[in-house]
Amino acid sequence: MTSTTTPTRASAAAGALVPGGTPSSFFRESFIVFRRQLRMNLRNPAWVIIGMLQPILYLLLFGPLLEPLIGQFGATNAYTFFVPGMLVQLGVFGAFFAGFSLIGEWREGVIEAERVTPASRTALLVGRLYRDLLQLFVQALILVGLGYALGMVASGTGIVLGVVITLLLGGACAAASNALALTTKSEDVMAPVINMVMMPVLLLSGILLPMTIGPEWLQRASDFMPIRHVVDAVRASFAGDFASSGLVWGAAWSVVMFVLAVWWGTATFRRENA
Amino acid sequence: MIEARGLVQTFQTRQGKQKTEVRAVDGVDLDVAEGEVVGFLGPNGAGKTTTLRMLTTLLRPTAGTARVAGYDVVHESVQVRRSIGYVSQAGGAFSGARAGDEVVDHGMLYGLQRPVVEARGKELFEQMDLPGLWTRMPKNMSGGQKRRLDIVMGLIHEPQLVFLDEPTTGLDPQARANLWEHIRGLRDRLGVTVLLTTHYLDEADALSDRIVIIDRGRIVASDTADNLKAQVAGDLVDLELVDATLASRAAERLATLTAGRDEVEVDGRHVRARVPRAGRSLQGLLRDLDAAGIGLESIGVLRPTLDDVFLTLTGRSLRDAEAATEATGGADQGDDLQPVSAGATTGAPTTTPTTRGADR
Ligand SMILES: Nc1ncnc2c1ncn2[C@@H]1O[C@H](COP(=O)(O)OP(=O)(O)O)[C@@H](O)[C@H]1O
Ligand SMILES: [Mg+2]
Repeated sequence: MTSTTTPTRASAAAGALVPGGTPSSFFRESFIVFRRQLRMNLRNPAWVIIGMLQPILYLLLFGPLLEPLIGQFGATNAYTFFVPGMLVQLGVFGAFFAGFSLIGEWREGVIEAERVTPASRTALLVGRLYRDLLQLFVQALILVGLGYALGMVASGTGIVLGVVITLLLGGACAAASNALALTTKSEDVMAPVINMVMMPVLLLSGILLPMTIGPEWLQRASDFMPIRHVVDAVRASFAGDFASSGLVWGAAWSVVMFVLAVWWGTATFRRENA
Repeated sequence: MIEARGLVQTFQTRQGKQKTEVRAVDGVDLDVAEGEVVGFLGPNGAGKTTTLRMLTTLLRPTAGTARVAGYDVVHESVQVRRSIGYVSQAGGAFSGARAGDEVVDHGMLYGLQRPVVEARGKELFEQMDLPGLWTRMPKNMSGGQKRRLDIVMGLIHEPQLVFLDEPTTGLDPQARANLWEHIRGLRDRLGVTVLLTTHYLDEADALSDRIVIIDRGRIVASDTADNLKAQVAGDLVDLELVDATLASRAAERLATLTAGRDEVEVDGRHVRARVPRAGRSLQGLLRDLDAAGIGLESIGVLRPTLDDVFLTLTGRSLRDAEAATEATGGADQGDDLQPVSAGATTGAPTTTPTTRGADR
């Protein structure tokens, strides 16, 4: 037909190949996956707009409700209190839903096709996490910017630290969501599981209202909720309370959850796999 | 190119509270030489996909070993992946992404540079009859185009060996015939070794140098289509008599061409038997019948089909095997044996051997 030069197999060996299994090949592979995911997300602008609108609506519509109550929380500035909680909520809840798109891809054979390439299994997962983290990062920027505009008081260092902790937590939740998606392979099974996890997280993490205003037993119950400690840590960080033990614990929790979730996610991409 | 020994895959499945173990692949030995096109034929649920997934490193064998393109699928999986292409039943291009983007990203995951992949991809698009579809989304493609796109993705890194899982399932006859041409071209033009699975007899017959038949996770035969058909003892001769009362006498005449009277089946006005080289002996038979005053309404001679081969080897016709796995997930084969079953591919009557082949 049109082709006169049928490619020979020798050309594949002739050096067009980037060697695999190195840190740079890992970064390259995960970036290919990330770019592909981002391209598909940007093709759906409604989805992007909703993602951006979310933090704005929460701040504008829920923030004013907190202002008259803030004294009772032992805090002085409603937005310094509320923005960290909002950050964590976006990190957790947005990321929990990341896995749903993976099920669609799995059904169309995309995951199988990626798994049959020599690319690192971790890169296949992490490339998808970059996308979720990018989204979370943009949301965080909007949240922080708007928070400042509304009167939030926080140091630059505190904000950076708080956002990093949030990103770790968001990455953990997105990885777990992806792992769950590849394990259940069904939206119908996954949705109730996510709902079951979200309920206690929302109620026991002190995201909207601090746990400290609740009765003793409720506070003790929330001690068992790792995400509550992360919320406390991000709040301490924004408040400039760098010496607090809550900050250390929360940061530690977010690192632990991130490592565990990425390990779990990689295992599901690797599973049944030689 | 492929050398598999004793491959086994078991799945744990849960039905309610009861856990059962499914032996999807049960000791498969498979050899494929370089440059061969091998058709892996079997009914749905026979274990074709599971075998392929083990050979392509997607599934770790429960037992057994396999070397693909010279590498062990378990211990050298990365090298195996570099050497092979796999086109799964589901395809591999996302329906809502642009075809060209999917091909390029897929190729880059093999470590190829973007310009190289792009050039190759566009060339393959031409070769695979997909001109101008580079920026189209798969969801806006025809079934045949989508399938050819999947094959382009499987070929983008120029593998020595490609696995095609049910490449033409769901396509209309014209698109199938077209895809067959392209699959033949893989070997003839690109020199690629091909292992394709199918549950279509005509497809296995038309495409493969060699056919490997799998049933219930076991290989039951492996040979060229011609040799397999030759294994079925002869052509099916079907005499339709004018007068049913003469059937037993006609059966006696027909039996002279076979190993014995037991080989002949009588069914109303029909008298059937498998006759080796029927073309040669038919003339004598007709004379014989004429002399005996037995009148014929019609006479049919059927070359053996792969379905006959399957029937001889497993005691079931391929069509019945499909129905059984679909209905019950593998019923006992006793129910499948009926005196006469409609011929699956030819539309002509096919006889179930009553003495031969049945293993009890
Ligand atoms: N992941 C799985 N879990 C449980 N059973 C499976 C799984 N994959 C395949 N099977 C079972 O293994 C058998 C063989 O399946 P498969 O290899 O897909 O057959 P084929 O491709 O020949 O149609 C079937 O009975 C199928 O139900
Ligand atoms: Mg299959």
